[in-house]
Amino acid sequence: MANEAFEPKLVGFLCNWCSYTGADLAGTARMTYAPNIRIIRVMCSGRVDPQFVLKAFIEGADGVLISGCHPGDCHYQEGNYNALRRHRLLSKMLEQFGIERERFRLEWVSAAEGVKFQQICDEFTEQIKKLGPLNLNGGKDEHREA
Amino acid sequence: MSTEKPKVAFYWCASCGGCEEAVIDLAEDILKVVEAVDIVFWPVALDFKKKDVEAMKDGSIAVSFINGAVRLSEQEEMVKLLRQKSGLVVAFGSCSHLGGIPGLGNFWNKETIFRRAYLTTPSTDNPDGTVPLEKTEVDGKELTLPRFYDTVYTLDQVIDVDYYLPGCAPPPDLIMNALQAILEGKLPPKGAVLSPNKSLCDDCKRNESKPEKLTIKEIKRPWEVELDPEKCFLAQGVICMGPATRTGCGERCIEANMPCRGCFGPTDQVIDQGAKFLSSLASILDTDDEKEIEKIVDTIVDPAGTFYRFSLPSSIFRRRRMEDIK
Repeated sequence: MANEAFEPKLVGFLCNWCSYTGADLAGTARMTYAPNIRIIRVMCSGRVDPQFVLKAFIEGADGVLISGCHPGDCHYQEGNYNALRRHRLLSKMLEQFGIERERFRLEWVSAAEGVKFQQICDEFTEQIKKLGPLNLNGGKDEHREA
Repeated sequence: MSTEKPKVAFYWCASCGGCEEAVIDLAEDILKVVEAVDIVFWPVALDFKKKDVEAMKDGSIAVSFINGAVRLSEQEEMVKLLRQKSGLVVAFGSCSHLGGIPGLGNFWNKETIFRRAYLTTPSTDNPDGTVPLEKTEVDGKELTLPRFYDTVYTLDQVIDVDYYLPGCAPPPDLIMNALQAILEGKLPPKGAVLSPNKSLCDDCKRNESKPEKLTIKEIKRPWEVELDPEKCFLAQGVICMGPATRTGCGERCIEANMPCRGCFGPTDQVIDQGAKFLSSLASILDTDDEKEIEKIVDTIVDPAGTFYRFSLPSSIFRRRRMEDIK
């Protein structure tokens, strides 16, 4: 259900060393991008516990982004690989809960890639606008509440 | 009347009867229980009715042990009544603690469950397509059945719960310890799960066989391999929920050479057992290559059903997105 008036709520977990700095660069360079993302800084993309992602969705996020250093560039050697492994497995599991793969995204953004961050935010927002609201908590138990 | 013994009630909701069996499994110890308490309500074994409970004074039952998840209006009504009449309520077993196996119904809703159970299974013989109704007219009289909910609930999502006895079913030693603690008034703080707060791996005899750095190249299902009875299951490529599951069960499954399926639920530090297990399993997959990772992930046939086998209703999501079910 595409809806012109629908403004998606997006949550972004950004690693301190690359992606958050990249987002900061987009800001200091005064690039404009969709304001839908709420950024949460974490020390490493590998710190993002899958529970954080579920919590973001249940509390109203229509999409969740995890962004970390490019493969090989992790400040902690391999945290981003852990993020990658978890992302693939969690995406498969989210589908079983009825959450489309497009709503959960993993991206590599370096500290120099302000433009890439800008593009990701615009593109992600557009994509979720097309998908419509997640409405995870709207599925009432009609039979209990009747 | 001489000094009264404390009154105890047992009740079952959406469960298999295994928890009732667990009480019987106390064997001779059940005589000690009967000596110490009066069982005033136990539908599976004693002929007391709902009206007998209704006639009791509020709070007059010392403790009610309630097993099973809540998925019918009748169950909700009964547990609310027992809550009112009881000093303590203990959620007994995985289903009332976490939702349990019936909780897997939360991947569906009432309509799809009824369609499958009463119309489309290969063994269904129902040419008239009859499904249970809440109200039926028979000979001018109205018959009623309880309402079937879309969602399965844990006991604490419906009433206030004082303690949790985990397990499918809870082992006899934990039941006796809990009873003793209640009788002696030596209870932990309200809300405690009456089993040690550490993971199963901490107590597992196979822990020593675990390699320094545990990694998995290929996930196998238990029937696909001849399982080594000494070696860590994860090191054999078989999914074992031990790392994300509370200990205290006595490792009955492990000793029968079967991996842990997670019936004790998570430790106090974890909210969502399935997500936490997913996290630990993903981090031991032995590759950094995107395509390789996807190949291994493909071999995990049913991640949600495996990681939340006993805990779906108690998880962060509680259920599958309603509008996704057709």
